[in-house]
Amino acid sequence: MKELMKGNEALAEAAIRAGCRFYSGYPITPQTEILEYLSWRMDEVGGTFVQTESELAGINMLLGAAAAGARALTSSAGPGFSLNQEGISYLVAADLPAVIIDVMRIGTGLGDIAQGQGDYWQMTRGGGHGDYRTIVLAPASVQENCDMMAVAFDLAEKYRHPVLIASDAAIGQMVEGVNLPEFHEHDIDQYDWSVKGCKAGTAPRKIQNTYYTRPDYETYLRDKYAAIEATEQRWESYRAEDAEVVLVAYGISSRVSKEAVNIARAQGFKLGLIRPITLWPFPEKAFEQIPCAKALMTVEINILGQMVDDVKLAVKNRLPVDFYGTFFGLPESDVIVERAKALLEKEGK
Amino acid sequence: MNKVKLEIDRCKGCGYCVAECPKKAISFTGNISAKGYDTITVNEDLCVCCGSCYRVCPDGVFEILQ
Amino acid sequence: MKLKRPESVFSSAGFCPGCGHGLASRLVGEVAEELGIAEQLITVVDVACCSFNIDYWNFDTIMAAHGRDIPTAVGVKHIRPNNPVLAYMGDGAAYSIGMAETIHAALRNDNICVVVINNSVFGMTGGQMAPTTLPGQKTATSPMGKDPSRYGTLSAVELLKGMDIAYLARGELVGVAGMNKAKAMLKKAMQHQLNGDGFSLVELLSPCPTNLNLPPVEAKTYVHEEMTKFYPVGEFIDKEGKN
Repeated sequence: MKELMKGNEALAEAAIRAGCRFYSGYPITPQTEILEYLSWRMDEVGGTFVQTESELAGINMLLGAAAAGARALTSSAGPGFSLNQEGISYLVAADLPAVIIDVMRIGTGLGDIAQGQGDYWQMTRGGGHGDYRTIVLAPASVQENCDMMAVAFDLAEKYRHPVLIASDAAIGQMVEGVNLPEFHEHDIDQYDWSVKGCKAGTAPRKIQNTYYTRPDYETYLRDKYAAIEATEQRWESYRAEDAEVVLVAYGISSRVSKEAVNIARAQGFKLGLIRPITLWPFPEKAFEQIPCAKALMTVEINILGQMVDDVKLAVKNRLPVDFYGTFFGLPESDVIVERAKALLEKEGK
Repeated sequence: MNKVKLEIDRCKGCGYCVAECPKKAISFTGNISAKGYDTITVNEDLCVCCGSCYRVCPDGVFEILQ
Repeated sequence: MKLKRPESVFSSAGFCPGCGHGLASRLVGEVAEELGIAEQLITVVDVACCSFNIDYWNFDTIMAAHGRDIPTAVGVKHIRPNNPVLAYMGDGAAYSIGMAETIHAALRNDNICVVVINNSVFGMTGGQMAPTTLPGQKTATSPMGKDPSRYGTLSAVELLKGMDIAYLARGELVGVAGMNKAKAMLKKAMQHQLNGDGFSLVELLSPCPTNLNLPPVEAKTYVHEEMTKFYPVGEFIDKEGKN
């Protein structure tokens, strides 16, 4: 039976059902419902909820819980997500699994609390210092919020690597009907690497930069990233096989884009959509299946077209890539159709 | 040695033990170790096994046997 | 009196001659073994000089981000409440970059032990001024001496005195008496955690001969005679145990 749930609360409940029993974080709009929900829900399931003094403390407390073997979660947005970067870099460095949600808000600096997609670069390029990337999952509905939490934790543990969820204020605040996932039990002792106390005569476990502990550091990391890129690309193609113009959009923008595809198709205009579900690894494979495309257009809620470069790389620069971005306010489906037609006019003949 | 076991490779010549030994049983040898430190030696005739050297040594040079 | 090095402490090789870290590190090992918790203890070390301990201790250890040992240790403790957890850091971590983390863990009375090695400077980076640097003290970033009209000198213990925590003490890693007292403090702090009493913090005044530009014996004298004027040694909170 479906239940009505707010996007942020669905993320929180799905985390509980994925076996997450630790949350530490700090309030910031538009993700605060995650804290509010977990503040009572963790008690019900015997887990731990800590409202920390800052996002810095939140992400580093999560690091401790992850190192101790728990499925651990934090969430933030905008300026708070920037503070999370310190810990994300350390999680990557120490090969620790964890899930971090960014419910994106708009703008630079303080920005504002409306939906945004301006953290794409920060999330897909490794937003902290150093030399890393993290898997980024981008849900486009409240149902996907539910379905992606277990995937996120599974991937985090499979690769011993943090996984980011790229939500946004629209998906976070909307209410939709959802089928909640089944409960999953997580055993904090299931991995030998987690700190648990060192028996005499055995080597102590060290949670630190793998640079210090792995002589094969360079190849180990290159292989890890290569394996993720090869196996974890996820996307949805919507009427893209015969499309002359292919939209590329994720999250809330992809829903508007899907509507634009339907409008265009009703007019006989062959518009299609590739919706990246993993923002990293970027679903390059999806772009091998658009034989009729003459041009592409990303639809994003930011002003610089942050995804354009990835699309250009995915089509190996053989096709023109345009960008339709909004700042305050969602992209509009009829504008998308109009601009896609103009793009085809310009590039396609 | 019967009273004190020294692991002199650990010694960095800080001199805390020399300063703290109540019986003045510890002194610098004047010999510079491979690591470049002037290390210490214990005169067991003076040592009373009080453990002061063990307690103030940052480098675990000493073990007291009696 | 038979005295044997604790088996849980392998080395102190990376510390400078006369560094207090070697002393504190050994005390942690002795206390863990005497309390019979060496196989359960989980330690969290800060970066810089503190971090050497990850290779010197036979405890499961996490190397935390600078100034974030305390939240990291709290995260561990929540997941493994039956394991004693110790956060080990310097004064820069605890009272400068991690001051918020220190105060808020005390405010929550998180059930962990915190050891702060206070040597009055940033050691690993080459002896720069810290909040704990004494007025007038020359450092790499206060070459004319710390100007008290521009930079105050912080006794975090004073701030923590009014808080509802299990244990608060300051010792000095100087001389036999100082070492004995420091060890007793660490033991008490750990005992409080084992009893479930909450947050304990032991600050240990520590010689850093390299960055004080003093021979080790003079550095320890400086700690004992000068630092203790600003940072009096003693026990300040020792909560009546629950058990």
